[in-house]
Amino acid sequence: MTSGRPPVLSIRGLCVDFPSRHGTLRAVRDVSLEIAPGEILGIVGESGAGKSTVGAAITGLLQAPGQISAGEVRLSGDIIDTRDANAMQALRGRRISTIFQDPLTSLNPLFTIERQLVDTIRAHRALSRAEARVEAVRQLEAVGIPEPAQRMTNWPHEFSGGMRQRAVIALALCSQPELIIADEPTTALDVTVQAQILKLIQNLARERRVAVMLITHNMGVISQITDRVAVMKSGEVVELGKTSTVLSRPCHEYSQALLSVVPRGDVKLSRFPVAGSARNIDAAMKWLLESNSQHGSGGADALVELRRVNRVFGVPRLFGSVTHGAFKALDNVSLCIRRGEVMGLVGESGSGKSTIAKIVAGLNPPSTGELLFNGEDVYAARFEVRQHIRRQTQMVFQDPYSSLNSHMRVADIIMEPMIHFGLEKNRQLAEPLMLELLNAVGLEASAARRYPHAFSGGQRQRISIARALASRPSFLICDEPTSALDVSIQAQILNLLKDLQEKLSLTMLFISHDLPVVRQMCDRVTVLQKGQVCEIGEADDVFNHPRHRYTETLLSMIPSMHRPVELIQATS
Amino acid sequence: MTGFFLRRLASVFPVMLVTAFLSFAAFHFIGDPLQNMLGQEASAQDRARLAAELGFDRPFYIQFLKFVGFALQGDFGISTRVGRPVLDLILERLPATLELALLSFFFAMSAGIALGVMTALRPSSALSRVSMTGSLIAVSLPNFLIGIGLIYVFSIKLGWLPSFGRGDTVKIGWWTTGLLTKSGWKAILLPAISLAAYQLTLILRLVRAEMLEVMHSDYIRFARARGLPKRLIYFSYALKNTMVPVVTVAGLQLGSIIAFAVVTETVFQWPGVGLLFINSIRYSDVPIMATYLLIVSFIFVAINMVVDCIYYLLDPRLRAVGGIK
Amino acid sequence: MKRLTRKFAALFGSDIGHSYLRSPGALFSTMVLLILIAAALGAPLLAPQNILDPRTLDLLSANTPPWSANALTGHFYSFGTDDQGRDVLSATLYGTRVSLLVALVAVLLSMSIGVTLGLISGYFGGRTDAAIMRIADVQLSIPAIFIALLISGLSRTLLAPGVRDTLAIYMVILAIGISGWVTYARTVRGAVMVEKQREYVQAALMIGLPTRTMLLRHILPNVRRPILVIATISLALSIITEATLSYLGAGLPPTQPSLGTLIRSGQDFLFAGEWWILFFPAATLLTLALAINVLGDWLRDVLNPRGL
Repeated sequence: MTSGRPPVLSIRGLCVDFPSRHGTLRAVRDVSLEIAPGEILGIVGESGAGKSTVGAAITGLLQAPGQISAGEVRLSGDIIDTRDANAMQALRGRRISTIFQDPLTSLNPLFTIERQLVDTIRAHRALSRAEARVEAVRQLEAVGIPEPAQRMTNWPHEFSGGMRQRAVIALALCSQPELIIADEPTTALDVTVQAQILKLIQNLARERRVAVMLITHNMGVISQITDRVAVMKSGEVVELGKTSTVLSRPCHEYSQALLSVVPRGDVKLSRFPVAGSARNIDAAMKWLLESNSQHGSGGADALVELRRVNRVFGVPRLFGSVTHGAFKALDNVSLCIRRGEVMGLVGESGSGKSTIAKIVAGLNPPSTGELLFNGEDVYAARFEVRQHIRRQTQMVFQDPYSSLNSHMRVADIIMEPMIHFGLEKNRQLAEPLMLELLNAVGLEASAARRYPHAFSGGQRQRISIARALASRPSFLICDEPTSALDVSIQAQILNLLKDLQEKLSLTMLFISHDLPVVRQMCDRVTVLQKGQVCEIGEADDVFNHPRHRYTETLLSMIPSMHRPVELIQATS
Repeated sequence: MTGFFLRRLASVFPVMLVTAFLSFAAFHFIGDPLQNMLGQEASAQDRARLAAELGFDRPFYIQFLKFVGFALQGDFGISTRVGRPVLDLILERLPATLELALLSFFFAMSAGIALGVMTALRPSSALSRVSMTGSLIAVSLPNFLIGIGLIYVFSIKLGWLPSFGRGDTVKIGWWTTGLLTKSGWKAILLPAISLAAYQLTLILRLVRAEMLEVMHSDYIRFARARGLPKRLIYFSYALKNTMVPVVTVAGLQLGSIIAFAVVTETVFQWPGVGLLFINSIRYSDVPIMATYLLIVSFIFVAINMVVDCIYYLLDPRLRAVGGIK
Repeated sequence: MKRLTRKFAALFGSDIGHSYLRSPGALFSTMVLLILIAAALGAPLLAPQNILDPRTLDLLSANTPPWSANALTGHFYSFGTDDQGRDVLSATLYGTRVSLLVALVAVLLSMSIGVTLGLISGYFGGRTDAAIMRIADVQLSIPAIFIALLISGLSRTLLAPGVRDTLAIYMVILAIGISGWVTYARTVRGAVMVEKQREYVQAALMIGLPTRTMLLRHILPNVRRPILVIATISLALSIITEATLSYLGAGLPPTQPSLGTLIRSGQDFLFAGEWWILFFPAATLLTLALAINVLGDWLRDVLNPRGL
């Protein structure tokens, strides 16, 4: 793509510092890169790599106390002074535009789409209100919003997520900028919508010769639309090159590692590739297995079963509990999870995955239908039976930051279920087991005395797993257990879950929107769409020969990556 | 809109019914209304006769229903201290209180919003620092002390403004106004300022906090990234979002101003309903206390309803759901 | 002891402790507040005159200006005396004592009512929640000072004149305490509803913990920050409300004066030029409320940067 013309954006030796009382943190160090007109440059890295900071620094929108400490930014050859607030103000929109991650919060909720577009157009071009309105319609049409003249008068909340992001793109483009910085533009969207939005960005970049800096943590997004890619780690660009080259023959070891941990949608591997050492966890295993031998009748019979489950959510009225405008979250769902298997549950947001998780977890009774555990109707069971089922059913939650009580020490968090269920009489007896559990999930004994805030997301998820195991469950629900984690951490956590599942022959319900992850983790898969089951089958069958059209659509959305050849050989 | 309005109206009834019940209970059980009416020397016969006349021997709920019925017709009984119908006494004095309250509300809102926006946008300017410090002092000063201070400076030391009363008033129908005469304006100035001071600081702090939060929101960040002019971002995009919670609080503030008018009216001997109320507390004049409670809570409920409707017009998201958040 | 020092070290090493040491306003306010609390506690020892005992009044020393000796008796008064010969310094010390006591107990009362109802309302939801919030709505539609006035006024009507003055302090505490619970209840309810959705609560629910344990072990510790902020701010508010009630004559009687009662009786002298009788109690009241508010502001900024 690079032609003889000067690049739209050229950065030389950019450094960004965040001074604090603990010392200065250099968030971006010595970053140099260029983007040509019509080119899409991807910046990829894990959280904290400084990729968003690069974008913010160029637009002069760094969060305080961040400041550019060195380097030079040129826009189409002109040096821009990012510290001059007025100059940057004049530049923003007109020459550089930004698209943020969350289309829901990017639009002002109290103004119509039309008002926001017209204001933006008129801020940059000398047009009358009526002319600006015509231009606004044209812009909305260009981003693929049907019937733009009518839709334009709507409020943001009346748009769906994908439509909102289209409107956001129209807003970013209507001032005809030379450079667009797209910061995780599709992270908040479903896969099917993600693909459309990426395509749109690509087309617009090509047609209008706009340079795009696409910031993302997702290798799939990178592989889909970027021309070149910069891999960032701890504030530095460790590798920069053509996307196809970097993906197939990564030079830097971090790029290699980053690529190798991305779950694959095509082939099932026994383990996620990750570097790590095995621990001796026999003591914990012995304790955990004690209970399972009690009902350890193997075989393929059902441990958990949902029978014709419906779940309706009503809009509560002003007085009492009368409902109107009810919304059917689950529609006649029947599902059977066999002893010792890992059942995957996939679907887009709003498909009812989380509702099923809550029902199966015993947290939320279905409107009609029943949940059976080991043949017992859970929601109709006597207290003692119910407690017994509660002990057997545990869950690993999605958000590692909200799933641990921040006012309890890790030791207390893990020992609470042990003592509550009377598995151990008191803290003295429970403590050695708690330490074994910590060891089993890969944490040091010193972790026990600390509070959750001292841990990273991945470590918290390990604590969460240890807590789930502490009641010696036979059934484990994992609700998007890694969606909040970086890919390298994701691989470690998934391996841990997989190992534990195999060693303890746990029955598992694994919920995820990430198809490659499900492919790697699960024996069987249930595909959910709008509260209905559209396909259940062996994972291999579903992935290789989907029977339902929706499943096919979902599968086609998995970004296919050019894999490094030697890595495939190494892992399979 | 109509549906929303009707639902809102329906929710008013329980509130009014509860206050009516409280007033009734106060009227009925507190003190001895018969003795209040008959005086100390009444005989047992007199008592029984009056009790039958007033229906005091009827079952409780019937008495309550009668009370509500009379109240709806504007009959709230007779003041035990003055011996005149309660409604007349209150209506006579209501204009004074409402004028004072509305003027203070206007002061508090306009100055509060202006200063709040400024302290949020230019936190380091001299005026911002002064208003932040001033607001801290004003929330720590009881209302009556501000009044006393104002009287001390402007009436006693400087002799510019009167320290009590309403000045000359003009009668327009049953309404008396002090806002058409010079002495009336002179008289209302100090009480209005002292009443506004506390509310002003609350509005200022709320606007500042909301504005700061809105300025950190994604949509303002996006608006800045699109290069919209500062003026448009601050006073249109940000201010409208700031106003949504401010409107709710403003409604409560107007209610609060009417309540605090009791204090201000005492300090400045302002001839409004608040002063009447305080005196009725002092002399255990239960009918006036009960009626005042009823009328004031009716005003509050009415204000809250108006506020909800403004809220509804301001925020399109509410209209979509068709209900209250 | 060692544990205590470690806790202190941890506190001042933490961000909150750090911000405290860097905030001159908060430091200074704490100092002022400690001095005022000490003065209030030590009033019987510190005050030159026991103002609760009418026999100690010295009529001859009436109307002495501050920081001067009385011409007749030769007694020196640092804050002056009133028309009864009552020492203003002593009155202010005792007044501070009463004001602080009333406000503290009232805050504890409204906090315990409000937090309990807020926890129940937010946790159980449904009809319980609707009922509690309805009551809160009714009360909120009437400002706090008003409810306090009503309770105080009604209780005066109900009580025999003889016991009115002796019971006045309890009535005022009750009035302020009851008028203030809604803020706690609403805030706690909101916070509980947020916490209830968080996954650690779901995890605790999954093991079937009893409700009491659930609320006390898991939820209460996570909502205590806003409670602390409200308590601080409402302490200042309670002091002011009490002063207002007493100023209006619906609070504490002259025989057991609070700062508000003193200001009320000092107002008449102000217009006669004897400013000190009003000035010292008023200045103390302002200092007290201001110090608490500065602390409250700082606390809110540190604990809850997004505002309340």
